[in-house]
Amino acid sequence: MADFETPEIKEYPVIPHLQEGVMAHSKPFVAKEEFQEQLGFPGELVDNWEQVALDKMQELTGKYRGFQVFLDSCVKCGACTDKCHYYLGTTDPKNMPVARQDLLRKVYRRNFTFAGKYFPKLVGAVDLTKEVLDDWYSYFHQCSQCRRCSVYCPYGIDTAEISMAAREIMDCVGVGQKYCNEIIGKVYKIGNNLGLPEPALVDTLEGLEEEVEEDTGVKVRFPVDEKGADVLVVTPSADFFAEPHVDGLIGYAKVFHEAGISWTLSSHASEAANFGMFIGSYENMRKVSMRIREAALDLGVKRIIMGECGHAWRVAYSFLNTLAGPFDFLDPNYPVPQHILEFTHDLIQRGALTLDKSANDDMIMTYHDSCNVARASRMGSRPGGQFTIPRDVIRASCNHFFDMPQETIHEATYCCGGGGGLLTDDLMELRVKGALPRMEALKQVVEEHGVTHMAAICAICKSQFSKVLPYYGFTMDSIVSVHQLVSNAIVLGNKQ
Amino acid sequence: MPFLTIVYALLFYVATALLVGGLAYKIRQYAKTPAPLKIPTTPAPVTRSGVALRMFRELAFFESLFKSNKWIWLFGYLFHFGMFLVLARHLRYFTDPVWTWVDLIQPFGMYAAFAMAAGLAGLWARRFLVDRVRYISALSDHLMLALLMAIALTGMAMDYLTHTDIVAVKAFFLGLMYFNWQPLPQDPVLLLHLALVAALMIIFPISKLLHAPGIFFSPTRNQVDNPREQRHLAPWAAKLENK
Repeated sequence: MADFETPEIKEYPVIPHLQEGVMAHSKPFVAKEEFQEQLGFPGELVDNWEQVALDKMQELTGKYRGFQVFLDSCVKCGACTDKCHYYLGTTDPKNMPVARQDLLRKVYRRNFTFAGKYFPKLVGAVDLTKEVLDDWYSYFHQCSQCRRCSVYCPYGIDTAEISMAAREIMDCVGVGQKYCNEIIGKVYKIGNNLGLPEPALVDTLEGLEEEVEEDTGVKVRFPVDEKGADVLVVTPSADFFAEPHVDGLIGYAKVFHEAGISWTLSSHASEAANFGMFIGSYENMRKVSMRIREAALDLGVKRIIMGECGHAWRVAYSFLNTLAGPFDFLDPNYPVPQHILEFTHDLIQRGALTLDKSANDDMIMTYHDSCNVARASRMGSRPGGQFTIPRDVIRASCNHFFDMPQETIHEATYCCGGGGGLLTDDLMELRVKGALPRMEALKQVVEEHGVTHMAAICAICKSQFSKVLPYYGFTMDSIVSVHQLVSNAIVLGNKQ
Repeated sequence: MPFLTIVYALLFYVATALLVGGLAYKIRQYAKTPAPLKIPTTPAPVTRSGVALRMFRELAFFESLFKSNKWIWLFGYLFHFGMFLVLARHLRYFTDPVWTWVDLIQPFGMYAAFAMAAGLAGLWARRFLVDRVRYISALSDHLMLALLMAIALTGMAMDYLTHTDIVAVKAFFLGLMYFNWQPLPQDPVLLLHLALVAALMIIFPISKLLHAPGIFFSPTRNQVDNPREQRHLAPWAAKLENK
């Protein structure tokens, strides 16, 4: 399949010994000039890039308290060294969170601290050279910004914040990543990551209506750009056709149908994902977010509900109010935005849905907590709702559910291995190796409980697992959407 | 006034000024820098008092570190709380009359020095024995441990091996505080102990010891999880809205 070896799943997970430089070759394609420029970044490495980079670093330390505090506070205690799925899967020491941070911190020290300026050798401070920049490009694209390390750091240092800053600095000197920057460009031009134009979107949704009607005999609607609908649904564009994502979208539509609440998608905001976060660019993240506000205003909706997507939910839950608020023109009885699972969960609690669990009896389920949902957001009104609400919905939709080991779920969940803008074929080795801890945990419940399927609520997780599961001997269709389970179980036409 | 007394008196004035001034500068910097986005590591408290409790657990029990690694937690905890008691005990050299609670913890403070040294030894051993920690250790990380260990050992030496004239030491420090200088005993172990402590005070604001004030400003720990309920906007971000 590829020119690397899939890591072996051991009987018990072990912390590997480090092997220096084994992932130094891993780096994503660099963005071409046109994709850089539409985001407001220089097209290629600028002449005085060292100075530009340092100026940017200084600007960011003044704009982000977290960045400044995190750069100063690390004591190299080692608490994070065995927490990153990319370290565990690749054994490259620069994938230990502290070592990844240090790639940037050692330049910060050299230029902005007393000790680094006068005693660089003593504190491990170095000048910003082309070699250092290359290391940045390689290893800050081996961080999926999943925040697992930040759970365990005694000071809460979040490597995701350092990675985002590093990517922003690299963008500003002209070395951006092709995948993220091209995709953000597509959102600006067309409205979604996949570059799916409005007519194609309408076509796809009509196809889904026919498909569902054929399957169920019920006309479940998939409206788009319908003014005056109650709810604007913003979902990752992968939901429009990728498997198993689309089965989730069908699930949302059936839930709205049963609830009798009018809803609509928007062709202007036909994307929940916000890759502006991955590149650490507040301005780009804000620009992408504003499309949701514009669509909500234009369509005159009362509520905004987000589809199943991990980092999109982080941006929506944690940042949307900041970036595109205030949302005082929406119905104040509902949080802005809501997650589709909060919506479905609430309906189930109120007995508004009839679910036939036996429809999912061909599956024995487990659930993968998506990193950005688990550690960077919430659902419901209580802390930890992001863990209980999806599980409640799964349990309400199927008879057989088993959790993976405690140290691999909830706040300790492992990233799927493809988050943070790393979901490309040129990073396949990284993606496969980074999935190791999740695959180990999955294998354990497969062996102990005969689990056959794993549900997730993130478009990236779903795509990543479809691709990497076969490397570990699982079938690609053993990853499912949570609303796919709801879709299977829901009894249509029951409540009117 | 003996020459060494003058040297040490000036040294401690300078060290105190650098420690206080340096920390004030950094704390001001942290406080003034905005946190433009809500980034608490979730699940996070949804109220201010919940955050205070989270921060208290972090400071009093090293909660996150406990989740991470029991060895680092054990050694780190022994060291920090040993040091805390030792420092509290040392207040008796700066107060007259000695505060009651300082008197009460005096016996614990004596043993705490052993905990402090044991913790340091454990942390230092990890820097050699665990390949991951060895990889991330710079020379300064070893020197910091060496400095703290030397302070602990010289302090303990004065308790158990070679006593110094502690009454005179107290007179020296009270003299410094009230600008009425008194001679410092010319005791090599004492002079070494004090020089190392002064060095620690001086490097505090320019080293990783900034983790002490840093924790209070860490947005992943000190933010309330309420972004949907309350709009959070940094001044520089607000300016983007007027463009």
